Amino acid sequence: MVDRIANIWGSRTPYARDGLWPVRVDQVLDDGVAEADVDRWVQSACVLCSNGCACDIAVKDGAMVGIRGRAQDLVNHGRLGPKGLFASRQGVSNKDRLISPLVRDNGQLVECDWDTAMRRIVDRSRSLLAERGPLSHGFYTSGQLFLEEYYALAVVGKGGIGTPHMDGNTRLCTATAAAAMKESFGADGQPGSYTDVDSCDALFLYGHNMAETQTVLWSRVLDRIAGPDRPKIVCVDPRDTEVARHADVHLAIRPGTNLALMHALVREILARGWEDTGYIRDHTRGLDDLRKAVEPWTAEAAAATCGVPAADIREAARIFGTSDRIVSTVLQGFYQSSQATAASCQVNNLHLLRGMLGRPGCGVLQMNGQPTAQNNRECGADGDLPGFRNWENPDHIKELARLWDVDPMTIPDWAPPTHAMQIFRYAEQGSINFLWISATNPAVSMPQLPRIRDILTKPDLFLVVQDLYLTETAQYADVVLPAAAWGEKTGTFTNVNRVVHLSDKAVDPPGEARSDLDIFLDYSRRMEFTTLAGAPLLDWTGPEDAFEAWKNCSRGRPCDYTGITYDRLRGGSGIPWPCNEDHPDGTDRLYGDGVFPTDPDYCESYGHDLLTGATVGAQAFRAQGPGGRAQFKTAPFHPPHEEPDEDHPLRYTTGRTAYHFHTRTKTGRSRPLTNAAPRAWVELAREDADRFGISEGDLVRVTSRRGRIEVPARVSGIAPGTVFAPFHYGYWETGGSPGPHPTAANELTLTEWDPVSKQPMFKNAAVAVEKIGDATGPAPAPTTTASRPAMAPGATPVPATTGGDAAQATETPGAEPAPRFPDAINAREGSQR
Amino acid sequence: MNLKIYLGMLHQAEQTLAESFRQVAEGHGAEPDVHFLCRTLAGQCDRHGELLHPVLQRYGESREDNEPERLHAEGLSTTREGPVGLLRDLQDLYLLASLVDITWTMVKQAGSALRDKELLEVVAKCDAETAIQLRWLQTRMKQAAPQALVAAR
Ligand code: SF4
Repeated sequence: MVDRIANIWGSRTPYARDGLWPVRVDQVLDDGVAEADVDRWVQSACVLCSNGCACDIAVKDGAMVGIRGRAQDLVNHGRLGPKGLFASRQGVSNKDRLISPLVRDNGQLVECDWDTAMRRIVDRSRSLLAERGPLSHGFYTSGQLFLEEYYALAVVGKGGIGTPHMDGNTRLCTATAAAAMKESFGADGQPGSYTDVDSCDALFLYGHNMAETQTVLWSRVLDRIAGPDRPKIVCVDPRDTEVARHADVHLAIRPGTNLALMHALVREILARGWEDTGYIRDHTRGLDDLRKAVEPWTAEAAAATCGVPAADIREAARIFGTSDRIVSTVLQGFYQSSQATAASCQVNNLHLLRGMLGRPGCGVLQMNGQPTAQNNRECGADGDLPGFRNWENPDHIKELARLWDVDPMTIPDWAPPTHAMQIFRYAEQGSINFLWISATNPAVSMPQLPRIRDILTKPDLFLVVQDLYLTETAQYADVVLPAAAWGEKTGTFTNVNRVVHLSDKAVDPPGEARSDLDIFLDYSRRMEFTTLAGAPLLDWTGPEDAFEAWKNCSRGRPCDYTGITYDRLRGGSGIPWPCNEDHPDGTDRLYGDGVFPTDPDYCESYGHDLLTGATVGAQAFRAQGPGGRAQFKTAPFHPPHEEPDEDHPLRYTTGRTAYHFHTRTKTGRSRPLTNAAPRAWVELAREDADRFGISEGDLVRVTSRRGRIEVPARVSGIAPGTVFAPFHYGYWETGGSPGPHPTAANELTLTEWDPVSKQPMFKNAAVAVEKIGDATGPAPAPTTTASRPAMAPGATPVPATTGGDAAQATETPGAEPAPRFPDAINAREGSQR
Repeated sequence: MNLKIYLGMLHQAEQTLAESFRQVAEGHGAEPDVHFLCRTLAGQCDRHGELLHPVLQRYGESREDNEPERLHAEGLSTTREGPVGLLRDLQDLYLLASLVDITWTMVKQAGSALRDKELLEVVAKCDAETAIQLRWLQTRMKQAAPQALVAAR
């Protein structure tokens, strides 16, 4: 047994370059349940981050009583991380679950039946559509529904109502990943694969604290590090993360200056002649503009802007310029900071310059945050069109219209899709009056919370919230719909590296709760949305119908699912798309042939100017020549718009901890996880703490121009001048609104977004910090993560974070050989046990 | 040489556009993208003025055009409010930027006839940025127009 709170990544199973990552099956069963007691194991995958670890759910007497990793799956080779082990089922099997719809009567939310709740929604929807048209409607969904649910929502919103106001909280987590790939390669679609970790000899992590965001992927890296020929690690992060501690080069960058650093790396590669001229000539365009853009950015210039030594920048560039196989991963440190798309495109550019794509060990992973973010992007319940279609291409719109048998004019291609921040702005201005929020909690997760709360409580806004719990957001709703959770419904979803998993229903949802799919189908039926032929717009009876319809929609597109069936997903490994006649076993990595989806008739986007977000347009895009080439795109560096000054002398950044997911809707209901990270804190560097007279555990007030939080201080190894707050801590346990000591990191963040991806900037703001109370103990921050304390000499040590009895898991080394692509796709366990 | 008339017009128009971008940035603080980008683009216009400087020194700059000004492009003195107000302000910026754009084009014609490499280099850099300013304005207006004209009250 291993304490998987104390030991987040579990025991090491080292392996060598080009080896197979050994199998290790991680398992937890409820207290008092032995393996022999389990009635059945139901196949699924974890939905607590984008890694998509395949698992089996143990069921006994109609309840979920345990979980184990799936040994035969290409993603996790049997492993699970602390969230998967301790929050998957614990996060949903809880007495607080919503078990009945609620409607607001006389200001109070009261229980009612489904018919009453749905009728209220449909009445308001119909009257608004009649009176004001589709632009009065907005849908704000999630990165945590299943593929089938997003596709249903996309068809209802884009083919039934015809509103451009659809987005997901994927806007907050992965919009930049998608945008950067569209700009560089012409379409969304992860080039690399996790198997590239097995073969690389250098790994670059850009603003990606993988050790805490995707703990199982980090285990894979740790096992390479523990192996005989460890890859070199380069880490760009202002915090002293686990990744940084293993790095050969740690660039502890000033928040808001990523693009300057990236310019210097690109410039250094070009200046030293480390680029692959043949690859550039055959497979790219735009090198001259790139060269011009980076010219001023010597290592010294970037060092001055970014606050890191020039020698370290040169060393990082040397590793990139001279390694044979390189993997880069990118996440929120880039996506949620200034010039997000431009900085992330520079990562793509580095790989294009060296021809480091499409071969084993050579890949880019533009990461996702959430488990099913990928599917929202594919299915188009966000600001994309289904199947990575191009909203500026009339032929693509016609294709969709044919597929759905609706009038092409219904599909809103006449304006760019409305991003989340703009949807909330329209609601603020009163031109969106109907907002349906599913599986997300903007009252905690969006920037500048005082403003968001004002919008959600506007009397002229009809707010529908569909969730598992009465979240901070649900408390403002006019109608609350209880949704079935993971394990209580069937559907598929796709992880960061395009691997599709099936999650089968293991148990019944509590009370009256229904799957999100059933709710959307019910709405569509009640609204009587029909096709041109007069048939119901959505005639699906369940998830498999939806999946089959989606396959049709994906046919011939980069995310082609036509070769996947529910049956094929049962019993073996997940399958990476595209999976079709040409690739019957799926596809491990893209662009091996150096041909990119930039053909003007095929591409998902004609691209944007990265400084302003101006669209390039069809004509100009076509004029750049025939497709197939990747594009070097960039923008001039621009300092962040809010910089420290006398009143707000520190830089503020936000992020997550290994033990929680989002607003803790699920992880906050798991005792081991909550004990490990029970309450909010902020992190300060030792020298800043000294400067402001703050010691470990003191209560501090952090103030920005928009609001304040009051939480205990952890003195940590963060870069001096920078303050970090975890974004998990809202107010659902304490009555739903900020009391005298607000804790939500987004009280302080500003309303600003990247001009291309429209992803909000959670990672740069200017703040002041002051002590307002003495410590009563150490800050409630884990000691096992980036928030590890930096002890003052002679101070009482902070007790180590452990999980105790409740956090014990078994780790069983695999008896059978590790799964390998493509053999794993067709290997089946005898039958499901 | 009459080129100095056009150089004067151009210099003036860039200045007017810069001031108008700033005006719109300040007037529409509740639209963060408009606010921040208009400030950035105002800075671009300022730089265009600086880049023009050596050219103006060589050819001179006439702000006293003999031709009477029939179309007044005076820039924005105040900003409007609300969704339609935003759209109209952006549209005004679009008109001003178009004036800058076409004036650069005429200056480029003259520069080509003069085989003035230095002038042509300045034109290439600045006019490309002006073109993007126009494209951004169009992108943002196309986004704003349906909501402002159809749904806003
Ligand atoms: S790494 Fe992510 S998907 Fe895997 S078990 Fe942990 S939370 Fe779940």
